[in-house]
Amino acid sequence: MSVTADQVRHIANLARLAMSEEEIERLVPELNNILGWVEQLGEVNTDGVEPLATVVEQKLRLREDKVTDGDCRDEVLANAPVAEHGFFAVPKVIE
Amino acid sequence: MSEITALTIAELQAGIRSGEFSAREIAESYNAAVAAARALNAYTVETPKDALACAEAADKARAAGEELAPLAGIPLGIKDLFATRGVDTTAGSRILKDFRPPYESTVTANLRKAGAGMLGKLNMDEFAMGSSNETSAYGPVISPWRRKDGSNAAITPGGSSGGSAAAVAASIAPGVTGTDTGGSIRQPAAFTGITGIKPTYGRCSRWGIVSFASSLDQAGPMARTVRDCAILMEAMAGFDPKDSTSLDLPVPNWEARLSSDLKGKKVGVPKEYRIDSVPAEINALWDRGLEWLRDAGAEPVEISLPHTKYALPTYYIIAPAEASSNLARYDGVRYGLRVEGEGSLNQMYAATRAAGFGAEVKRRIMIGTYVLSAGFYDAYFTKAQRVRALIKQDFARAFEQCDVILTPTAPSAAFGIGETTDPLAMYLNDVFAVPASLAGLPAMSVPGGLDGQGLPLGLHLIGNELDEQTVLNAGLAIEERAGFTARPEKWW
Repeated sequence: MSVTADQVRHIANLARLAMSEEEIERLVPELNNILGWVEQLGEVNTDGVEPLATVVEQKLRLREDKVTDGDCRDEVLANAPVAEHGFFAVPKVIE
Repeated sequence: MSEITALTIAELQAGIRSGEFSAREIAESYNAAVAAARALNAYTVETPKDALACAEAADKARAAGEELAPLAGIPLGIKDLFATRGVDTTAGSRILKDFRPPYESTVTANLRKAGAGMLGKLNMDEFAMGSSNETSAYGPVISPWRRKDGSNAAITPGGSSGGSAAAVAASIAPGVTGTDTGGSIRQPAAFTGITGIKPTYGRCSRWGIVSFASSLDQAGPMARTVRDCAILMEAMAGFDPKDSTSLDLPVPNWEARLSSDLKGKKVGVPKEYRIDSVPAEINALWDRGLEWLRDAGAEPVEISLPHTKYALPTYYIIAPAEASSNLARYDGVRYGLRVEGEGSLNQMYAATRAAGFGAEVKRRIMIGTYVLSAGFYDAYFTKAQRVRALIKQDFARAFEQCDVILTPTAPSAAFGIGETTDPLAMYLNDVFAVPASLAGLPAMSVPGGLDGQGLPLGLHLIGNELDEQTVLNAGLAIEERAGFTARPEKWW
């Protein structure tokens, strides 16, 4: 499988990365190179093998349903690029 | 006073307790050494006051006759991936420029609880994505080591914990924190002639460490000796309810149980790690390492890890996939950089991320987004997770025949900055390190010798799940026999 410039443009949009046409043109062979290389996994017979997501077996813990954090609005907002009236501020979403 | 920076952490601990020197003298020596070594670009932020304040507390406690915490008066360097309250934490990225977390990572909080101070934050590849420190927004770290050819070419300390490695090698920190997703502690340790260990996945809490690939990320110490690594790792590790993958197990007394007597232990030598393209001196060092372990009483056995060649491609699906998901949080809204774009919220996201991320991070986000996208998820991501299961199974079978595995750490010595420009060639640096990461196993690099150019080479030990002790013990056996005392000649 190899990607086209159109697909790279689509992926960049999904990833919310603004890209110039020049960057997209450069990425097409780079990504194809890497994808071509990872496709060697196709040689491996994985019939009946469960996908591994958790590398060290452990039980999922439950915790008490108790509030242990919070009441720190100003700290949470301290690093915001723009904060107004105690909220994060973003460009207008609804006209 | 300059000799203080030549001492190990174990020696510093003893010296403070005996009164041979004060913690203040240690902090002052290191603060001066850090300030004099800016040519290395190892630190992104220097925090001399932090180191001094911790020293003062240690000296006061000693004067009052109190029992000292294990790391009282020991100043450490902290990789910039660890959130440090009120101190810039940028993960080597423009997108986190000026980010000052209002909280402290669990690992650094544990170190502080153990009495340690902080010398500063250490440079690294952006979001820990790189093997040469060249992807950092702060520019590359320069290794204190140079080739013997007289060219004075700038050499990489490796990555992604390159600032960490360079700091220990240049004696501008007695010990440091690193993180390892696919070799980021071990490869730079090998490149700079120091020791570094990645414990079993889950030993160190990931809470407050900027996420790269969550199923792989693991913190660990880097220092001059195996003993120092054991000391630091005891302080860093431990159960943390704030990390759902943290292991709810007591922290072993690794340091107290150090022993280089390997009688009855079997050392596995995986035949698949014998690669033709690896320089002969690296394979020769591997053979020497095996002799050292035999001399310590261990018995070598040949083992097979049949899926070794698929580890790197598996990693380069899983790690970018998890990264693309983790890095979605950098959106210009809650922290970090914002670039307004052309007006809409979506344009703001895209403009912010385009300006904030460097080329390698974008490349990995693109790969990760692609392999997780509709129609490709099963063919790439699920397939890689299945191969990962087989890689883990390879190790489980191998550890039925042996107690620890010995390999080289990296397929080459350190290379020059700018010498490796092809992304795929860069990825191959971690060919020996990545399989243990995929299997979540503890693994360490210890210095073994120098190559023909006078650059350090490392030996790599992989242990069974939760068996850091055997890894440390085998590392100690190598350390005692390798007699690695080479230090970079000071040029900075």
